[in-house]
Amino acid sequence: MMTFTLWDILRNLLLAARWTVVLSLVSFIGGGLLGMALLYLRIGKARAGRMFVQGYVELFQGTPLLMQLFLAFFGLGLFGIDVPAWLAAGLALILWTAAFLVEIWRGCVESVARGQWEASASLGMGYVQQMRYVILPQAVRVAVPPTVGFSVQVVKGTALTSIIGFVELSKAGTVVTNATFEPFTVYGLVALIYFALCWPLSKSSQILERKLNVAHRNH
Amino acid sequence: MSLIAITEVKKRFGDVEVLKGINLDVERGEVVAIIGKSGSGKSTLLRCVNGLEMIDDGSIMVAGAQLIDDELHLKALRLKVGMIFQQFNLFPHLSAGRNVMLSQMVVKKTPAREAEAMARRMLERVGLGHKFDAYPDQLSGGQQQRVAIARALSMQPMALLCDEITSALDPELVNEVLAVVKELAADGMTLMMVTHEMRFAREVCDRVVFMHQGRVHEIGPPEEVFGNPRTPELRQFLGAQLVV
Repeated sequence: MMTFTLWDILRNLLLAARWTVVLSLVSFIGGGLLGMALLYLRIGKARAGRMFVQGYVELFQGTPLLMQLFLAFFGLGLFGIDVPAWLAAGLALILWTAAFLVEIWRGCVESVARGQWEASASLGMGYVQQMRYVILPQAVRVAVPPTVGFSVQVVKGTALTSIIGFVELSKAGTVVTNATFEPFTVYGLVALIYFALCWPLSKSSQILERKLNVAHRNH
Repeated sequence: MSLIAITEVKKRFGDVEVLKGINLDVERGEVVAIIGKSGSGKSTLLRCVNGLEMIDDGSIMVAGAQLIDDELHLKALRLKVGMIFQQFNLFPHLSAGRNVMLSQMVVKKTPAREAEAMARRMLERVGLGHKFDAYPDQLSGGQQQRVAIARALSMQPMALLCDEITSALDPELVNEVLAVVKELAADGMTLMMVTHEMRFAREVCDRVVFMHQGRVHEIGPPEEVFGNPRTPELRQFLGAQLVV
């Protein structure tokens, strides 16, 4: 029987962790861009746009991410479209991330005091100008800490993609366990790597929150 | 023709009729104080003149610009008439100077250099030339309100609406703001102000409007309104005010 050193295990897990990082980045950036587009509709004046985004958010927040992954992976297959695991994983995570970010950001935009809208309107600014120069600059400060905080959820969410066969950190953990029969060591290391990815994000969210508050102590 | 013409204006919030047919003309250079109990509709009236509330009936004209609910008409109206709020509503992410510059650059497309010169002049005018780079949270309430006045003036409006602009201030800060308003009045600015400062209204205003239950209940020069109130409602209201 082959023996595996701790380094063998760790090295294989770290190689797979690259894909966790890539998938997290793709989901977060893609979800962020889609979230912005949805936010534009969600706080816009068109009723149809608002309703659409509300429905979208309810759908994706109201179903487990796992189901969304299954649907993306197997569902599109029903139509004869062959979806590779990485594409299904990326797509589902982007849609899921956007659904949460748009709600976080909507809250931030709405947290800007009504007086700011009124003052900028009374100076003759139109909706787009108000948004761009008055509301969004303030909303962004509020949005940074919760957005960074949510990125932790995205990183952990990528673990689910192991189920549809995308080889990232969790899947690699299973594979390595099957070869080494040392589940505790392997999954312990997997957890440590997740922690090493997530903890700096949580921490920076906290630091950002304090920093942005200090710049804004009386508001 | 009057600068501000308010004709048969009605406004309701749900089932409550807040303005029940207001008629009021304000001449160029006139200073008008609006007094009355809370809930009498005085703030709502002021907000309608600036298009922050839409009216259900009647019309409001300011120097040829009519209150109509679309962005183009509202912008035209708001370029004629500026507004100052109880809560100052400065933009907290911008310095005092930038607060005054922003709308000039964004709305009027004034080049930055001219906008800055104007901002410095206007801040100087309200006695805050040295606070150009200060952020709103580094200023006292009175200073913030003066920046807000400078910001409104920088758009060169024909009239200013003041909605209880000293009500959120500590008592010792009220006078510095009123002094600025008094100077504006002396310079010939048209002012409509909702106020609880009866002494100020008496000293500075050309006419005083007493609103009661959504109507203009009494109107006249301050000596008359304060000295010789004709209706029991006004007498009762003035009786409750300690200052007069």
